[in-house]
Amino acid sequence: MSLVFRRAIVVGASSGLGAEIARQLAADGCHVALLGRREDALREVASAIEAAGRGRAIVATHDVRDTHAVPALLDRLVEQLGGLDLLVYSSGLLWVPGDDVYDTERDREQFEVNVTGAMAWMNPVAARFEAARAGTIVGLSSVAGERGRAMFPGYAASKAALTTFLEGLRNRVAMKGVNIVTVKPGFVDTPMVADLTRRPFMVSVQRASAIILATARRGGSPSTFVPARWWFVAMVLRHLPSFVFRRIKL
Amino acid sequence: MALRETAAWRVLDGFGGSVRAWSRSVAPTTVPELAAVLAAARAEGWRVSFRGAGRSYGDASLNAGQLAVDGRAMRRILSFDPATGVIEAEGGVSIAEVWRHTVPHGWWPAVVPGTMYPTMGGCVGMNIHGKNCFKAGPFGDHVLELDLLTADGTLRTLSRERDPDTFRAVVAGLGLLGAVTRVRLQLKRVHSGRVRVRPLVTRDLAHMFDTFVERMPHSDYLVGWVDAFPGGDELGRGLVHQANHLGPGEDPNGASTLSVAAQDLPGSILGFPKALLWHFLRVFTNDPGMRLVNAAKFSLPERVGPDGNAYDSHAGFSFLLDYVPDWRLAYGPDGFIQVQLFVPDATAREAFAEALRLCQRRGTVPYLAVLKRHRPDDYLLSHGLDGWSLALDFKVPRDADRLWGTARDLTRLVLEAGGRYYPAKDQVVDAASFAASLGDPLERFRTVRRTLDPEGLFANDQARRLGLV
Repeated sequence: MSLVFRRAIVVGASSGLGAEIARQLAADGCHVALLGRREDALREVASAIEAAGRGRAIVATHDVRDTHAVPALLDRLVEQLGGLDLLVYSSGLLWVPGDDVYDTERDREQFEVNVTGAMAWMNPVAARFEAARAGTIVGLSSVAGERGRAMFPGYAASKAALTTFLEGLRNRVAMKGVNIVTVKPGFVDTPMVADLTRRPFMVSVQRASAIILATARRGGSPSTFVPARWWFVAMVLRHLPSFVFRRIKL
Repeated sequence: MALRETAAWRVLDGFGGSVRAWSRSVAPTTVPELAAVLAAARAEGWRVSFRGAGRSYGDASLNAGQLAVDGRAMRRILSFDPATGVIEAEGGVSIAEVWRHTVPHGWWPAVVPGTMYPTMGGCVGMNIHGKNCFKAGPFGDHVLELDLLTADGTLRTLSRERDPDTFRAVVAGLGLLGAVTRVRLQLKRVHSGRVRVRPLVTRDLAHMFDTFVERMPHSDYLVGWVDAFPGGDELGRGLVHQANHLGPGEDPNGASTLSVAAQDLPGSILGFPKALLWHFLRVFTNDPGMRLVNAAKFSLPERVGPDGNAYDSHAGFSFLLDYVPDWRLAYGPDGFIQVQLFVPDATAREAFAEALRLCQRRGTVPYLAVLKRHRPDDYLLSHGLDGWSLALDFKVPRDADRLWGTARDLTRLVLEAGGRYYPAKDQVVDAASFAASLGDPLERFRTVRRTLDPEGLFANDQARRLGLV
């Protein structure tokens, strides 16, 4: 089975994976709504899509921390797109505190973008999809959610929360025809990880996006690492006792 | 209150499980809270539907993409007088909550449907009936008074004496005129917690009609179960169950049967936990399986005493639909629909025989068929008439086109026989047929609606389909 996405909303489409996923969707003829905070960046992605001449793009500025704005915006976008087959939640914030920094405000902001915003979009879309017995929701989580790393406790916690939320959502609606896709990328060559010093198994944003969309089209509510070799790494890391894990510099 | 920003999403289905829709949903707990919801809904441009227990089979409580007000949070019993049997309850109180409150005092709801879960609001809005409709009439006939919260936030008290025109529009009014927030209901005095039940075998449909006619003067309740599979000489064969209340002193066990415990349905059937039973039923929800089940039900003797009678609790006799929890799930992922044909006495025999033959010809045989006798009433949108009803349950198959064809034919058959449609069950009737079946009262209903809800605040998926909004 291969799903066809004709109408999609990509939240967090101004750069990185979101922008590339939107481009690839449009290249297959999908009508895409691009959401993000920076209108100029969104317009740029939209122009590239229109210039390529396949799918179409509409643009809406939106800060995912403003969860109260979601219902009305969602209604409007679904009307403009003429329906909805796919939601990609790609907004993500990575904050790496220095060794001596503890900052609740930054942690909260990160959580709001990575988790609360995802819930605010996925809940209403899941309700629509459950009623229709069809639809795909893709959540971009991370390998980082597999363990609590010293480098970024808040980020790791937010991605663990997102992964678990997606799993719960999947268990709720997968039997009702809704395709919930959890994506756990490692290092993807995007602005988000540009400042990190070590980036093992790094893949291009084009390749990561292609893997993500291919996985989503397969259906069956998969959960996948990008690239797949992270599955092995994650499995090893998950089984390390905490007293060993804390001595490894990751 | 900003509903658009804060209301939860709910995926709601009809009881048949064959239609569903997502809505925004709120569950106010008091009349002022409900009034605030209605005010916010008007300000934000929502269309509002009311949902009680969600026991209507089709799309009556659905409101796709709009606001569904969940009535179940307003479920207080406000007063009960054991001397007169008058109970006052909020709109979200269920039939079960009523009888549990009153049966120890010797009072039972005068009209109950086949399940105990519908709410007061739902029973009024649909004007539900029971197996005693030929004698006791519909639910509305036992409502002494009700409060209606209308679109403008006004709380009106209605009764037959006080504003009868509006009362007759609100009963059977499908929740399109406002929220029923309080009901004053007259219950029926019972002297025992049990009823005397006599099963009667009927060899074909005509025999079943004759049995009803013969037994009606002697019965409090009558219900006919029809095996819809056989044709020819056995078309419409089945069983009639007659039930009668027991008079004072007639039950040797006396008042002890009036306890709530004596009414509770068994927790297991033949030692099998009831909660799991629907999985087992699923094996039979296909044509050969249901042909077998129906034949077995027809052929196997029922347990009766030497006088041909059995004694059952009120709940056990009334709420057959509650015996197997979640039985509707046994119909599979696409659920089932019920088509209930209401046809006048003069044409019913031929119409129902033709309905059964039509289903068999089309290869869409109902897995359950039930006959009842009704009496007319004066509610504007009511299905009540001096005639009969035949309720037909159909599984919705993967490829349902044939079934929708049968449903269209049955809709036409009812209209040609001068009959009515029953919105609590309906999911298939079109606006033109519905209007033609009601005639002039529909226009009078529209007039009341223009007065009470000029902006058209209240709506639901069924009302849109039936052309009422």
